[in-house]
Amino acid sequence: MARRTPLYEEHVRLGGKMVEFGGWDMPVMYTGIIEEHNAVRKNAGLFDVSHMGEIEFTGPGALECINHLTVNDASTLADGQAQYSILLNEGGTVVDDIIVYRFGDERFMFVVNASNIDKDFNWIGSHKKGNVKIGDRSDDFALIAFQGPKAASILKTLTDATIDDIKTFHFAEGGFANRDTCIFARTGYTGEDGFEIFSSPKAAPAVWQAILEKGKPQGVMPAGLGARDTLRMEMKYSLYGHEITDKTNPLEAGLGWVVKLDKTCDFIGKEALLKAKKDGLTRKCVGFKMIDKGIPRGECDIYDGDKKVGFVTSGTMSPSLMQPIGIGYVPTALAAEGTKFFIDIRGSRRQAIVVKTPFYKR
Amino acid sequence: MEFPDNLFYTKDHEWVAVEGKVATIGVTDYAQTQLGDIVYVDLPSLGAEFKAEDTFGVVESVKSVSDCYAPVSGKVVEINEDLSENPAMLNEDCYGDGWLLKIEMKNAEEVKKLMKATEYTALVKEEGA
Repeated sequence: MARRTPLYEEHVRLGGKMVEFGGWDMPVMYTGIIEEHNAVRKNAGLFDVSHMGEIEFTGPGALECINHLTVNDASTLADGQAQYSILLNEGGTVVDDIIVYRFGDERFMFVVNASNIDKDFNWIGSHKKGNVKIGDRSDDFALIAFQGPKAASILKTLTDATIDDIKTFHFAEGGFANRDTCIFARTGYTGEDGFEIFSSPKAAPAVWQAILEKGKPQGVMPAGLGARDTLRMEMKYSLYGHEITDKTNPLEAGLGWVVKLDKTCDFIGKEALLKAKKDGLTRKCVGFKMIDKGIPRGECDIYDGDKKVGFVTSGTMSPSLMQPIGIGYVPTALAAEGTKFFIDIRGSRRQAIVVKTPFYKR
Repeated sequence: MEFPDNLFYTKDHEWVAVEGKVATIGVTDYAQTQLGDIVYVDLPSLGAEFKAEDTFGVVESVKSVSDCYAPVSGKVVEINEDLSENPAMLNEDCYGDGWLLKIEMKNAEEVKKLMKATEYTALVKEEGA
């Protein structure tokens, strides 16, 4: 049976349409994906992301260990700062994409994808080095993402944390509604300003209710996995299992900016990436729009003339643009903006064109 | 949720209105609610022929793609052109302006195999439970 987050009862009460996702019973939508998507872009939306995992690193060797496991440079982090990063295997392909939080010299935390918690924890356990203790803290935290242009001003009224002082990719602790201590991180995956709020599982329903109650008059809505997916697609943010998998490397995925090949220490997968770079990338993950009719979907094949040359990783009708958009892998020669190719949609080939991403700009 | 008495229904949640040899086909109120915001409809060309239960098109929401099955055999004589510009009509008026297409039936006897409103209501109740 699928697991339930501490907010399950809230979803049911709000009429959430529940589906199984990564072993969890999650709301795919409440009133409608488009309405929820637009609420996030225009006002703010509230997402339950408690299914995501938290892995804690403690001890004097924590930083060194993390820098060995991840592609970004964790040594640049200050206390209270966070960083998007990636775990690679030795072949240079992706184990998971994560956010690294630095609480102090000897205490860090990873937030990892729900479907990868066990895999990541085992991977870290068998590849850690130095004097560090690793703990799976996933059951100790609920996680609520409050995303949208109005999120900060609403959240400010509900906590004693100095919300305005928390910069992007930073976090601070504070009391919520004068009661529970939460961590407020200015992170998210929608392309909007917003926060991810870590609380105890017990406190989560009260946090959720308080934000909705305060935000409702300003157009805040609960938003499900459906809107979360369309929001990240419009930004061409990668999703594990789609754009990034154990068969893709971060350079071809367009995540080269995350990879610090010149950081002072080695990291797992570095050799493989150096080789991939030297040999030249054979394919790239691009964003495209349709010239012909049809909505591209994950796993549609991509054709150049009669030759199958690539595949779609994600696609949808973009609620902001009201146009079909897609993301997929094509040979490097077909990756430049303006290049045309065909998407096989239910056996008919429909023309598409590579466009600049993100698809949506504020 | 409404299932008008004058229509016939299929287990795939389509409705059929019969007028002489012509069957008008659409998706039911239950189907459009389940699908959510409909953003794209792919319909066949005029003159295309289908046997009962063949796939004749798709209805797509933001997240899902659903096949449409021909409730009866015959030839497409009209399609709802307005849906390409305004697929949300399927959500707003599924029994009216949101109709999909009209088929000239090959065998009017096939209509007898379709469900009446009472049977369909029972089916929806079962699925919803």
